[in-house]
Amino acid sequence: MNLFCIGLSHHTTNVETRERFAGHDETECILRRAGCAEALLLTTCNRVEVYGASDKHISTDDIARCLTRKIDREPHEYAPPFYRYEGEKCVQHLFRVASGLDSMVVGESEIFGQTKKAYESARSSGAAGPYLHRLFQRAFRVAKQVRTHTEINRGTVSVGSVAVDLAQRIFGRLNDCKVLVLGAGEMSERTARALVSRGVSDLRVSNRSLDRAHDLARLVDARTVAFEEWPAQCSEIDILITSTSSETPLLNPKNLAPVVHDRFDRPLFIIDIAVPRDVDPAVNEMEGVYLYDIDSLQSVAEQSLALRRQQIAAAETIIAEHVAVFVASTSRGLNRPSPTSEHPSLGESPVRASQQ
Amino acid sequence: MAVVRTIVSLRAGIYRPGRFSFFAVGLGFIFQTAFLSIRGHAVGRCPLTNLFEVFIFLAWSIALIYMLVGPAYRLSLMGAFTAPLVFLIQVFALLAPIDVRHQVKVPPNSWLEFHASVSIVAYGAFALACIAGIMYLVQERQLKTHHLHSVFYHLPPLTDLFAAITRLLWLGFGLYTAGIVSGFFTGNPLPRRQVVAAIAVWLLYAAILQGRYLRWLAPKRVAALCVIGFSAALTLLWGITFSAETYTLP
Repeated sequence: MNLFCIGLSHHTTNVETRERFAGHDETECILRRAGCAEALLLTTCNRVEVYGASDKHISTDDIARCLTRKIDREPHEYAPPFYRYEGEKCVQHLFRVASGLDSMVVGESEIFGQTKKAYESARSSGAAGPYLHRLFQRAFRVAKQVRTHTEINRGTVSVGSVAVDLAQRIFGRLNDCKVLVLGAGEMSERTARALVSRGVSDLRVSNRSLDRAHDLARLVDARTVAFEEWPAQCSEIDILITSTSSETPLLNPKNLAPVVHDRFDRPLFIIDIAVPRDVDPAVNEMEGVYLYDIDSLQSVAEQSLALRRQQIAAAETIIAEHVAVFVASTSRGLNRPSPTSEHPSLGESPVRASQQ
Repeated sequence: MAVVRTIVSLRAGIYRPGRFSFFAVGLGFIFQTAFLSIRGHAVGRCPLTNLFEVFIFLAWSIALIYMLVGPAYRLSLMGAFTAPLVFLIQVFALLAPIDVRHQVKVPPNSWLEFHASVSIVAYGAFALACIAGIMYLVQERQLKTHHLHSVFYHLPPLTDLFAAITRLLWLGFGLYTAGIVSGFFTGNPLPRRQVVAAIAVWLLYAAILQGRYLRWLAPKRVAALCVIGFSAALTLLWGITFSAETYTLP
């Protein structure tokens, strides 16, 4: 029995191409009719992949035909950039995918859940049999081990989650934190939502346009504060998210000094995502005040990403060990990688591909 | 063990806060207790008769406070910071030529032993406050400079660290006050230099706590003073012990 993986990912195609081959509910059945003994379709926003087990050779074009959502052209007419991994390479690729090493944001954990869901779907429909069961169970074990023994998923890499991570480094549990959102922009909403998801329950929204403040307050389950009253709120709150369209800074060391004095040992975390900035950078020099603008949030996100990249080598070692064990234990059922690839230029080392 | 494991895992970027440090410090504590017990039997009193014994007792006290303060204050990485301090104090005690046997002129007395041992245990609490202070300063610096160093990624939140500092300061201050007061019940005349040094340490920590209570000192300054205070207290402890070794009853 040959194990193979044929697919498209963010490494090789744009979203337009991927959505053309995104597959559908019947795909697994069609794949089985095409001759696959077992088949599993993994579709995410970044990849469309078919994992299969078959006694006979299944061509990439056959798979592409099964996947095609919009049959406007025959797949071979424009040589879709499918990659194909067989045997040991297929095993290695799946282990890397499940561990988040092949993801756009290295180490993200969403792919683990998506892979599990795809496996559950294939198992319940009967499309996945003993070969894929064994392969995917091992992949889940590898992914868990990679997360436990490396720090591949350490840190946060989006602006909203960086803000939450920083807030937790200052306040610990966020349940008792009071948050004021100043300005009802989209980024404010996202950051506020991220904070709410981590337990913040006292949220206040203030905006020049009261209607927009009400709209945002409704979305994030907050209460509205009149724009003229926001300075008075500063002595009560712990976190200020500001994104107004003011041309001049709303907060500077001079007008913040009395507030800081009143707060004494309670830190104040200010997230300034406005451009031009709402808060004078000199405020960060004040005792107990931690100011992050959009650039510093971005910089922290990049630091986290760099840390994750440093963990790739450790993760690859774990994966290589598991691949060797898996291949050895199933050597009778797995073939060696095919010497000729249907798309040799795209069948490059997955290690290299992930680092692009 | 805790020191080596922490350094290796932090350098590799795979540190996971866990119970290893607690168990490693606990194991060390058992050996320290056995050593102090044997030593106590040998000298026929609480083993605080020279600088060597004082430093070993101090390392034992730090380990004791670390294990007694409860999980709420055994913050992430605190064990990793505590273990090196205990290790360094012990290495210093073992390598420095301070284990000098000499005739102790003051006869054994329960008040004296209570005074000496409780004072050193108070130093253990001050040492942990100093460790929490260092952790606070590192975390604060990271947040101010917007540079989150991978080695210190697992440091606890600022507010938790400050709560730990405050409670450890109160614990140490309470024990130290009990130690000083009990010194007046020993029945022996107290050497003036020791009394002055002990009161200086007491005043230093009283000033930190008062400054905190009156809101004169911001958390960052309290953390810095914990580090400065413990360094000064350790120097004075040396002075107190050294003068006690050379002190003869009138």
